[in-house]
Amino acid sequence: MSIAATNAPIGQSERRTKAKRLVTGRGRYTDDVTARRVLHAAFLTNPFAHARILSIETEEAAGLPGVERVFTGPDIADACNGWTGNHDLFPKLDSPQQYPLAVDVARWQGEGVAMVVAETRAIAEDAAALIDVTWEELPAVADPVANLEPGATVLHPGKSDNLALELRLGTDAVDAAFERSTLVLEESFRFGRHTGVPLETRAILAEFDPSEQRLVIHQSHQAPHQQQELFARLLDLDEQNVRIVCPDVGGAFGIKLQFSGDEAAVAVAARILGRPVKFVADRLESFTSDIHARDHQVSARMGFAVDGKITALEVDDIYAIGPYSIYPRASIMEGNHVMQLTAASYTVPAFRGRSRIVYQNKGLMGHYRAVGQPLGCAIGEVLLDRAARKLGVDPVEIRRQNYADLSAGPVTSSAGVALEGLVLHECLDTLVERMDLPELRAEQTRLRSQGRYRGIGIAGFIEQTGPGPNYYGKGGIPVSAQDGCVVRLEPSGKARVFSGATDQGQGADTAAAQVVAAALGIQADDVRVTLGDSEVCPYGGGAFASRGTSIGVEVAWRAGRRLRSQILELAGALLQCDAEALDLRDGQVIELATSQARFSLEDVARIGHFRPYELPEGFQPMMSAVEHYVPRDKPTVVGNGIQGSYLEVDVETGIVSLLNHWVVPDCGFVINPLLLDEQIRGGVVQGIGGALFEELVYDDQGQLLTATMADYLTPMAAEIPDIDVTRIEKPMGDKTLGAKGVGEAGTAGAVGAVLCAINDALVPLGAGIAQTPCTPARILTAIEQARNE
Amino acid sequence: MKFPAFKYLRPSSVAEAAAQLAEHGDDARLLAGGQTLMPVLAMRLAEPEVLIDLGRIENLRGIALEDDALRLGAMTRYVDLERSALVAEHAPLITRALPYVAHVAIRNRGTIGGSVALADPAAEMPACMLALGAEIELTSTEGNRWIAAEDYFLGLYETAREDTEILTAIRIPLAPERRVGFYEVARRHGDYALAGAAAVGDVEDGRIQGLRVAMFGCDDLPVLAKTAAKAAETGVLDGAWLEADVSPTSNINGEAHIRLAQARVAFRRAVTDLLGVSNG
Repeated sequence: MSIAATNAPIGQSERRTKAKRLVTGRGRYTDDVTARRVLHAAFLTNPFAHARILSIETEEAAGLPGVERVFTGPDIADACNGWTGNHDLFPKLDSPQQYPLAVDVARWQGEGVAMVVAETRAIAEDAAALIDVTWEELPAVADPVANLEPGATVLHPGKSDNLALELRLGTDAVDAAFERSTLVLEESFRFGRHTGVPLETRAILAEFDPSEQRLVIHQSHQAPHQQQELFARLLDLDEQNVRIVCPDVGGAFGIKLQFSGDEAAVAVAARILGRPVKFVADRLESFTSDIHARDHQVSARMGFAVDGKITALEVDDIYAIGPYSIYPRASIMEGNHVMQLTAASYTVPAFRGRSRIVYQNKGLMGHYRAVGQPLGCAIGEVLLDRAARKLGVDPVEIRRQNYADLSAGPVTSSAGVALEGLVLHECLDTLVERMDLPELRAEQTRLRSQGRYRGIGIAGFIEQTGPGPNYYGKGGIPVSAQDGCVVRLEPSGKARVFSGATDQGQGADTAAAQVVAAALGIQADDVRVTLGDSEVCPYGGGAFASRGTSIGVEVAWRAGRRLRSQILELAGALLQCDAEALDLRDGQVIELATSQARFSLEDVARIGHFRPYELPEGFQPMMSAVEHYVPRDKPTVVGNGIQGSYLEVDVETGIVSLLNHWVVPDCGFVINPLLLDEQIRGGVVQGIGGALFEELVYDDQGQLLTATMADYLTPMAAEIPDIDVTRIEKPMGDKTLGAKGVGEAGTAGAVGAVLCAINDALVPLGAGIAQTPCTPARILTAIEQARNE
Repeated sequence: MKFPAFKYLRPSSVAEAAAQLAEHGDDARLLAGGQTLMPVLAMRLAEPEVLIDLGRIENLRGIALEDDALRLGAMTRYVDLERSALVAEHAPLITRALPYVAHVAIRNRGTIGGSVALADPAAEMPACMLALGAEIELTSTEGNRWIAAEDYFLGLYETAREDTEILTAIRIPLAPERRVGFYEVARRHGDYALAGAAAVGDVEDGRIQGLRVAMFGCDDLPVLAKTAAKAAETGVLDGAWLEADVSPTSNINGEAHIRLAQARVAFRRAVTDLLGVSNG
């Protein structure tokens, strides 16, 4: 399966196959799916951060015309098994049992407490307002630092404290290394709580047929096979009788990767009522009940020798999660990434890391695009810049001299990340060239003399993508690390692909069409890709951790190659020649020796499907091929990349204007340059959101203050600069296509690049900032503090 | 996020609307462009029994030049103001400020009367009315009255409009020599201002006279910064006296003193904009 064999349309900028349909309004999202006699759900949610439910009166609500049924937490719990967001690799994590709706005690503002199912959503909302709950408000656990102190209010009865789990890495040798350091820098970083804000909110339509005990769910989700397993498990159904269909999904970013209580309640209601039930989260519900991410307070220390070489690193993280660890994937990974990916591309001789994961009466914490990677990147790069300034070393040089030395082969970082096949120096050199750094510096200096404060930031990052089965498999979590793919030759000589990968806008389907087309010698338009149906598609993991291309497209390539072999066998049988002597090109079967077309692919396909009697006796034409692929040789595909930011800070108002942004990603082998670049750009925009705008702000009573699009500020087109992408293409080897995932690369580096640039701009004022988002008030406060010092 | 049920009325004249409002009083809400009221209804932050849609009252729309004033019908949309040569000539402050009002889609529906009636303290149009010395027409079944913008804005979303009155028109006095300046600090383009200033005044021999600067986004209501404006007329442009005029409180956007500092910058930049000098 050598790379040399790949040909067009691999490597071409094919447009997304779905784009025209979606932009002309013909998308079919979950809310567009209808069912006869469908009912609509609305939830009464917990208005407090933490409250005991003393009683729930539903009679008035149930009596409203058009209301089918009102369910309380216990009603639903009676018909649904509970779950815990635990992970077998971390046995000390003992997250309490959770049910679809709160039972007795509600533990975050926005948690579902009761559900009305009615003829329309409006009636359901009218009825929800009539439910009378008697609450006993309980103290909110809403300050992760204070809540770790002895004597703090404990969120879960029966537990001794609010610490869900403590992760540790590295060794105490770090202490001696700090003592020997010429320079030790220390900083407390704070990263605000985010969420992903997909355009299409979470949505589900559940239909239950009691005659077959069959549950069919349409859901806006990233991982249909995971959902199939979970719905079967929690509702005690046979897995083969549960079908999860994810139609068009309008963005996901990790927000649609976990299991949601409200969605479980909808499935239970459909089963009990024997009628379809639909729920589409509104934006308010999204902010309070979608998964959240980030929310870390990190004390970091970095030691340096006089020449700028890193001597030691300590990362001490407090990770504020929700009242439970998220189900099914557990709220752990982000703490791990913060520790492991700080300064991960550099040689760090001594390292110690700790992440304390703390229960909070706030929204549940899941895995949002780049899961902790932007934080680790930002911490390391900000400290490196500060060291460069203190030691008088050029910021580019300090990076260059600290890069891990991979010349003798792979190395493992002190924090345990296997660094292999990276292109650190090449990315950095390319970035410096693309930015025209000397000219930018000159402009910056010139403008500073005019009282204008521009900043330049550079941030390199390490990504762990396309994971193998170790983390979830060994964790006892039913998440598939493999994808299956079926390629079927149609009588027309064109093809269908059914894959266990999924697509929420990334273009995984387009890339799959390209590799299958290349394998069969046809055009990408000749291939139709079906994804996101747990019944029809081969089992797979769906979309997470930038796995779509490195796993999902890899398996499509393999299945395409297998079908190609089968077609050549068939053609060889027809031509009475060796399959090896034939090739598929431009929809034709070609004889290699003469380069002559002998049959069209359509002719061969029609014989295979309709006229197999033309084949030698006993020959069975194989018109479909299936392959499965799971990365076995390493835990993840590690990639790297670097980003640059150029911006201006208005030091009077605190407003940051982004002027330019550059990305140099290590892409491995590139299937589709257009989609790759746009994936990077989209990721950068979400990173910029985290750096400057987006924050879920809770007050000290655990009330969410930013639950509308007017308060939770997502980046808009007007704020985004040009994003220049320069790909570094270096296939990983000859066992696979060698594509690296880049879905998270944009997000992973953008926060660090912008944060470094803002700090660079503030240098003349003696100010620095280590908190995201960098709001105008925070920037002005930093300047004010520097002035007062 | 669905509206609660309400009775929907769509009068075709001001008199009919006024009669309906007189009948329903504070059980009714008036619907103008709906850019605030619709989400408020959807989030059930308001549950009026009656919604009176002003959208079909033709003579509530339009821009007209009168003898001594520019008259804006309350239901005139932002987009119409933005494109109006009359507004550009006689009330250029509005033309300057409109690009800062939300986004194109919102300006296609939002109305000047709706914004002034709502009186959001961080919105641009109420502050412009204050700076321009506009008069606001309120109409009920009892007749109509004109009230100066300075007497109209009373507090947080609180105005002199009675529950039975409809805001029907705005009159902006003509002042041909007047110069204008505008500045706002916002986190993103189109957001409500963290602090903003709308200024009008005359400039003679490099000196400002008759300066009126309306501050928005820094208090419970749009405020004329009279003290700071007087100081500016004597050459103190930096808004040093602004705290005598506005009292920002600490909120999610920053502590009070930070917000005051931003307000000072907005003041100074609006006044320097008016002076036509570089907005440093």
